[in-house]
Parts: sequence; C-alpha cells; structure tokens
Amino acid sequence: MTAATQRSAAGASRTTSIVNDAFVRGVFYQLLTAAILVGGLWYLVSNTIENLSQRGMAAGFDFLGYSAGFNIVFTLIPYREGDSYLRVFQVGIANTLLVAAIGIVLATAIGLVMGLARLSTNWLIRNLARWYVEVLRNTPLLLQIIAWYFGFFNLLPVPRQSIEWGGTFFLNNRGFYFPAPVPQDGFGWTGVALGLGIVAAVAIHRWARRRLEATGRSFPSVLVGTGLVVLLPTATFLLTGSPLAWDIPALRGFNFRGGLSVPPTFCALIVALSIYTSCFIAEIVRAGIQSVSHGQTEAARALGVKPARIMRFVILPQALRVIVPPLISQYLNLTKNSSLAIAIGFPDLVSVWMNTSLNQSGRAIPIVAMTMGFYCAVSLTVSLLMNLYNRRVQITER
Amino acid sequence: MKKSLTLLGAASVLFAMTGADAGAQQTLAQVKQRGALNCQVGLPTPGFYALSADGKWSGLDVDMCRAVAAAIFDDPDKVRYQSVTSAVRFTSLANGESDMLSRTTTWTAVRDSQLGLEFVGVNFYDGQGFLVPKASGIKSARELDGATVCVLTGTTTELNLADYFRANNMRLQAVTNENVNVLVETYLGGGCDAYTNDKSGLAARRSAFPTPDDHVILPETISKEPLGPVVRHGDQNWGDIVRWVLMGLIEAEELGVNSRNLDEMLKSDNPNIKRLLGVEGNIGQGMGLTNDFMVRVIRHLGNYGELYERHVGANTPVGIPREESLNALWTKGGLMYAMPFR
Repeated sequence: MTAATQRSAAGASRTTSIVNDAFVRGVFYQLLTAAILVGGLWYLVSNTIENLSQRGMAAGFDFLGYSAGFNIVFTLIPYREGDSYLRVFQVGIANTLLVAAIGIVLATAIGLVMGLARLSTNWLIRNLARWYVEVLRNTPLLLQIIAWYFGFFNLLPVPRQSIEWGGTFFLNNRGFYFPAPVPQDGFGWTGVALGLGIVAAVAIHRWARRRLEATGRSFPSVLVGTGLVVLLPTATFLLTGSPLAWDIPALRGFNFRGGLSVPPTFCALIVALSIYTSCFIAEIVRAGIQSVSHGQTEAARALGVKPARIMRFVILPQALRVIVPPLISQYLNLTKNSSLAIAIGFPDLVSVWMNTSLNQSGRAIPIVAMTMGFYCAVSLTVSLLMNLYNRRVQITER
Repeated sequence: MKKSLTLLGAASVLFAMTGADAGAQQTLAQVKQRGALNCQVGLPTPGFYALSADGKWSGLDVDMCRAVAAAIFDDPDKVRYQSVTSAVRFTSLANGESDMLSRTTTWTAVRDSQLGLEFVGVNFYDGQGFLVPKASGIKSARELDGATVCVLTGTTTELNLADYFRANNMRLQAVTNENVNVLVETYLGGGCDAYTNDKSGLAARRSAFPTPDDHVILPETISKEPLGPVVRHGDQNWGDIVRWVLMGLIEAEELGVNSRNLDEMLKSDNPNIKRLLGVEGNIGQGMGLTNDFMVRVIRHLGNYGELYERHVGANTPVGIPREESLNALWTKGGLMYAMPFR
C-alpha cells in the first residue's frame, strides 16, 4: 500500500534514476536479504551433510521407523519396547504436554491464591505469602526439582508400607497410585447430560447478561449454571444406576497393580514446576490488581456495589489486561522448564528423545532439530491462544 | 547441569559439523603438538575410572589412557581427562573433543558402523547382571517380574534389560537416568527393587556403598559386554596406536614381561620379546611412535595382568577374581588374546 503509493508518486515525476527509486530499492534489499538467508541456510545444511558423511556418521530420518527397544517407565499413550522411534517421539511429546497442562493449571491456582494473599489485610497471611514468593522464586528451579525428588518423593516408604487413604489411594517411593474409572454400559447418558448442562449454562449466562444490559436486573447465572453442570449429570448418573466401576490398585508382588499411577519423578516435577511458577504468577496477579486505582473501589463502594461484585465487575476486568501478557510468558516458561525433568529422569521429550533416543540411535542432528521444532511449535501455539484471549479482555476503546 | 551437558554436546556436534573438517589423519600430530592426550572417561566409578580426593584419576580404563600417553610421550601423566555422562560420550568423541574414550563402553555393530566410531579392542569382558538388596530375598533374575529396575540411559544395558524382560515375558518398570549417582541414590533409597549394569560395574558400585554386604549380585548374566577403548573413525593410524598399545599390554603378560623384570627382559634372546620391546623390528616406527613404545608403557604401568590386579583384582575393594573368568589370558582359559607382534 505504502510502497504502491510511493511508486505512483515516483512514477509521476520520474526525474531521478531507477537506482534511487524507493520501491526498486526496497525490492532489491528484500531479495538480497532472502538470498543471504536461504544461501546461509543451504550452506549450513549441505556442509553438515557433507561432514557427516565424511566422518562415516549416518544422517537422515530413516531411523524413525526402526524399533527403539528400550523401556519407558511412564507413558500417557500406549508404548511397548518393540515400537518405533517415531512412537518414542510421540510418547515424549504426550508426557511433556501432560506435565505442562497439569503444571499450568496448578501454578495458576496456587499463584492466584498467593497473589491475593499478598494483598490480604491480615498481617500474617500477607507476610507468609510474601516469604513464600521471595524464597521460592529466588532459588534455582533445577535445585528445587532435585530437592523435591531426593528430599521427599524418594524418601517415601516402600510399597509394602505405603501411605494410604481409605485403601484406594496409595503413595510410596514408586509413585502415586489411584483408582482408574471403568465406564460400564449406560455411562454415555451421564456424558450426554453433562453436555446438555454446559449448553444450558452458557445459554442462561447469555440470557442473564442481555437482561442485565436491557433492564439492569441481575440474575445469579453463575450459580445456576454451576448447579446445572453439576446436578444434571449427577442425577442422570444416579438414575441410570451408577454405571461406573473403579479399578482399585492392589499390592501384588513388588508393587501395586491395577488402577492408574504416576511415578515419583512426575510428582516431584509437577510440584516443583507449579510451586516455582506460582511465585511469578502471584506477583503478576498482585501487580495486576494493584494497577487498578483504589479510587475505583471507593467509587463502586460509594454506589453501594457489593465487595464481590466490585472484584468481579470493576477490578478484575481491568486487572486482567495487565495480568494476561506476562502470564503468557510464565506459561511458556513452565512448558520449556519441564525439560529439566531429565535431571531426575522423568521421561519427558528431552529425556526420552534428546537423551535416550539420540544416544541409542546416534542421530544427533535430526533429533535435535525435531526437539527444537516441537518446543517452538508449542510455544507459538500457546502464545497464539493466549494472545487471542488477551484480545478479548483488552478494553474496547471507543 | 546434566541437561546442559547433553545440550552442549548435541549443539557442539551441530556446530562442529558445519566447521571445516579438522583433518582426519592427524590425531597423533595434534596430540603431540598439544603435548597431552585428551582422553574421555566416565563419571567416577571405582576400579575403572575412580577420582581420588586430591583430583587424580586412576583405574583400569584410566590406565589405558595413561598407557597411550606413555607410548607417545614417555610420560603417563600427559593426559587431560574428560569426564562426561554416558549419553554424550560418542558425540564428544566424534566431534573431536576427545582423542579416544576409555570408559567401559560396549562394542556393538551399530556403534562401530553408524556413529563414526572405531572400536580397537577389548580390555574387559563383561556381562550384565542385577544387584538387589539381600533383604529382598531375591535369588534369581527370573523373580524380578513386575520389578522396578534402575538403569543408566543411553546404554546397551538399557536395551538388554528391556530385551530380557520381553524375552521372559516379565513386566518391567525401568527407572532411567543418565547420572549413575542419581540412580545409585534412588536404588539405595529403595526407589527401585534392583539396579542393573555390567557386573563389573555392579561390583565397583557396591564396593562404595555404606554397607556393601547388604547387597547381592544375582547369578544370571543376561548379555555379552565386551568393553574397550574407542577412537574416532577415519584416522586408521591413530586407531592402530591405541589397538597395539592394548595388544602390547596383553602380549607382555603372556610373555611374562612386567614392570619389575623389564630391564632383564630387554636383554632376552626370545625374538617375540625382542619385537615387543622394540629391540628388533620397527613396529613402533611404522605407527609413528618410537620402537621402544611398549618399554615405556610397561616401565610406567606394567602389563595387563598388573593393571587388572591393581585396580579390579581380587585384592582390591572392587574384587573381581580373574581366574577362570573371561578376562584370564587365553592360555589360562580366558579370552585375553593378543594378535601376534610381528
């Protein structure tokens, strides 16, 4: 657009040589940059391939189809020793994403509570939160992961002396064991009810907002919506005769079998990541809330708005605009920090792929490239999603 | 820290590969010019590459480094030791950081042919086994169904373990780490039912436990683990040097030449001894060394038998008896056999 305008301007008064034409120059420099970039990349790649073959080192992606042959202690998706390296890559990705997802949820929850506690009017709560943040965010994450693993999860009792809750949840130094739900015939109806509940809740919420805008009368849509989402499936579940069995872990041989379990390395990683990141999130939340001037709270109070509604309708919408952008960075940090799992041997992508697979197959370059590609793709995706959300909470400027 | 090592290793391959090729044929010249041998060992392990309190390396594999340095410089101390995790050992060798590695590394077809490496011989015949607490009452590896087993990642051990459990239709929970110290801590803390490694490695580790007698090595040997020094592919002359220093150590034992009787042996009439010690022939010069390179090695370090007894023999804390094992000389029923020195 700009270039075209300039061009027509230049075309109209062609008094200077083509060398001085802004459009021609622009195109020239763009092409030059592209050529240098492509050329440099081509040089690096061809040189690498040439040197690899000179040293008799195999290159290429053919190894992805080979059988990996090693055991992975924890996999979210099914995996057996005979599966291919490509499957190992997928296993690593699934494990990393699981850690990132759980870590983000926990870190956000703890961070929110701690951030609000930092602003508490209670001296004890305020200072406890402050010390929590200051101590935990000022020690290295790697140290915390190792400390949680060796200082806590590895020191738990052996399976025969597990810590147990009601004979269904077990914690020992081999991991955390909990019952696995096994849906029976008719469980589908509960799912349908849950779907209906969600749809109804959203519809009621929209209706309530329209009514509020039109008439100024409020309706407790959140309360009613939550009730619908919880009660509808629960009622259906009970009416269809509770069609859900539980596979409860039981001690057999060396360890518990049945149910679901996560290894101690997973627990240590999740705890360390969530706690560490929650400190930063707490500070972000505190800063966000403090960025809304106190005068607004006073004004709302003067109008007789209830404290809970002040938070929800006055402070939070404005605070979120300050909170969301740095929050995105923290989520990305947590995802990338999960690669520290390698220190304690949790099989995340870096551990099973960039360490074990690289070493077993010897294909350093394709493996490093694939790992970098994955982290880049995840970071960009998370960033994109959060930016979309950010655009929604931004103030609508009029 | 460990992760950054891996990343560093991997990244350095990426960048080293893009640089100019460092000249495949000149390792010996580079070592001489540098005035020291860059020799890669593993994270400290008793018997094979142990690190003393004052920072000195010693062990059977360390003596391989020292023997090569002695052959080149007539000084076994001209070695720069590089201790890296097993996960980055081949990368570190292939990209030229190390001149050779000597660190209980198993010779396999894929490693020899696809990683740009060259295995030059075997200085210890080993096999994989399991270490369990005596209190567990486990008597055989077949009883390990469903067990959690600690294993070093990126090793043949890790693959053998999975193979063994698959072949015997047993359930396996493998706790992996690239740092042997983390694994040992986990094992001692009860985080795994068994620790698996080459049996020599198990004996070595156990010797450093607070109470070694509370742990037993199960009788089964589930794999063949020929361990030996490795050099980079492409410099055959350098490979020859390391190979024939190793052969020379074994040959010397077979011929009865050791560090105590060396001066007498130099006057020996036995043509085999004359050739080994460079009194006759030009074996050393043919490799770019001096003809008396084995004299240097034996004077400073001794023969293979002396090295073995000094570091891992029955009278050491590691305590792996040599008689009737694969590591005995071929004349005594073992596999230690040097190709002819002629």
